[in-house]
Amino acid sequence: MTTQVNALIALPLADAEPGNRNLTVGLFLAVVAVTLYITWWASRQNKTAADYYAGGRSFSGSQNGLAIAGDYMSAASFLGISGQIALYGYDGFLYSIGFLVAWLVALLLVAELLRNSGRFTMADQLAFRMRQKPVRTAAATSTIVVSIFYLLAQMVGAGALVGLLLGVTDTTIKAGVIVLVGALMIIYVTFGGMKGTTWVQIVKAVLLMSGTVVITFLVLLKFDFNLSKLLGEAAAHTGKGEAFLQPGLLYGKDLVGQIDFLSLALALVLGTAGLPHILIRFYTVPDSKAARRSVQWAIGLIGTFYLMTLALGFGAAALLDTGPDSEVAKSKGNVASPLLAESVGGGADSIGGSILLALIAAVAFATILAVVAGLTLTSASSFAHDLYANVFAKGRVTERQELRVARFAAAGIGAVSIALAIPAQNLNIAFLVALAFAVAASANLPALLYNLFWKRFNTSGATWSIYGGLVTAVVLVFFSPVVSGSATAMFPDADWQWFPLANPGIISIPAGFLFGVVGTLLSKDPDSIERYTELEVRAFTGAGAEGAAKH
Amino acid sequence: MHDEVVPDRNIRAYEAVREVDDFALLRKRYKNFVVPWTITFMAWYLLYVVCNNWARDFMSTKVIGNINVAVIFGLSQFFSTFLIAWLYGRYANRKLDPLAAGLNAKFKRERRR
Repeated sequence: MTTQVNALIALPLADAEPGNRNLTVGLFLAVVAVTLYITWWASRQNKTAADYYAGGRSFSGSQNGLAIAGDYMSAASFLGISGQIALYGYDGFLYSIGFLVAWLVALLLVAELLRNSGRFTMADQLAFRMRQKPVRTAAATSTIVVSIFYLLAQMVGAGALVGLLLGVTDTTIKAGVIVLVGALMIIYVTFGGMKGTTWVQIVKAVLLMSGTVVITFLVLLKFDFNLSKLLGEAAAHTGKGEAFLQPGLLYGKDLVGQIDFLSLALALVLGTAGLPHILIRFYTVPDSKAARRSVQWAIGLIGTFYLMTLALGFGAAALLDTGPDSEVAKSKGNVASPLLAESVGGGADSIGGSILLALIAAVAFATILAVVAGLTLTSASSFAHDLYANVFAKGRVTERQELRVARFAAAGIGAVSIALAIPAQNLNIAFLVALAFAVAASANLPALLYNLFWKRFNTSGATWSIYGGLVTAVVLVFFSPVVSGSATAMFPDADWQWFPLANPGIISIPAGFLFGVVGTLLSKDPDSIERYTELEVRAFTGAGAEGAAKH
Repeated sequence: MHDEVVPDRNIRAYEAVREVDDFALLRKRYKNFVVPWTITFMAWYLLYVVCNNWARDFMSTKVIGNINVAVIFGLSQFFSTFLIAWLYGRYANRKLDPLAAGLNAKFKRERRR
């Protein structure tokens, strides 16, 4: 829910007290120092491709669970969801439920089987029994498209968010923040690889969870740990009454809105298990049992976190001014958690309040860094391993050459996303995250599931489902009200809109699955069927799976 | 750099494992858990989404104090997710892992032959 981070006007959050800002900047620098130290340490351990792409496959289930949580919970979901709850009450809570239930798809159907049968990228798993070139090209295209969409939304959000937390309105300074965030992520990924990125994500997850636990505790203390009292005071304080606790303030105002919400819910629940930056995290553990443990940990952490955002969101509604002219409303909810932290810490002029505000700002900053690093690594790995090594060079490259390309690709992708994010600052591109989920559910998930469970599936089916799902989702969004033809669109002054829904999932997900069937039946490919035995045995038993690196 | 051609020895080993009764049992046990539970949690989640859209009066019914059906239904999605994740882990540890370990050992023996 990156959502709101974009269209914000920066607010005079910290401008009154330079002491606050110094504290915030100091904590930001501490985050940068710690993550750079981790990167330096990790860079000395990276020797082989398995080290660079998969952290030597030596992370434990709990470590990887923390890293998954760190990879998955973006600043937007940290600040955005609690902000949406503060503004829209119950409806703000709905996003997080889809985000969490989605992990059961990953746990039951994908994580372990993928860990056993894949190697470094999503394409590895598909290419197992298919013709390398077409399948890797398709999977790499979809990986890079999904990751760049997600990355752009995060980078633009980062500029706005950091500006907001530091009380900066100037566009040039915000562009400077985007360049800084981009430069840091390039350094993490180029030098630290998966090992460095994973530890950055673990540190972020620990910071995020501890910060949130503290604020949640302080909020609940104010309401005697009574949920009913918290809800009642939130509803009363906002002046919206009962409606604040009921469905309908944000989603599904009319029939089109209701179908749109259903479409969004489908993409959220099916998208997670097809997000490439999540999938490659399963390769960082020694075996499928550890992959299972890591998803269980992730479910526990992510679920607990979203439950706490409930207290933060309703707490903000009950304690802060959330009226139409308030700072919370003007930031589209993003400052709800930071301001709540200040309030429960003792108020705007207290030491406790200043410290908590700065702490939450630093957590948000660490969150941005960890998420963008994960996305950059994913696209760089896919570019180097799938496109360069296996498609262009047809496997005839040394590991050294491939890793060199991966590092250059990380720098290149980072540079491109900086260059795209700066001009996009004034556009509303928040829809890109929802689109990334829709593409993951429509293009990647069908191919992954068919490959694992349908013997007859073949190269043609894989390319049809990936390109078919990808193109359907992107085209529908291009002609939807989020790109043109509405006041909140990316191009509000143009109008080529004809598709009524903001979320394409309800059409594009079935389309992706259907394309997979049609493509498969149109082609005969005995090799894919023959090699299914190997894939199946390996996926279910782990026989012959890639093991942990031995150092 | 995925191996384009798998050595014959490996193919034979994979085929040998595929023929063992335990492999069929492993697949059957996996499906016995995963199919019904996937249908359950998807149906349960979609029911929640549908109720948010089209059963708002029901969702707005107060249950305890200010806590209404919608909030309880939402929270129950969290607990059902935690529960299914825990149940699957327990099932996999007891019913799937021992079979997979045995088959894996057979694969290693076959490959050495």
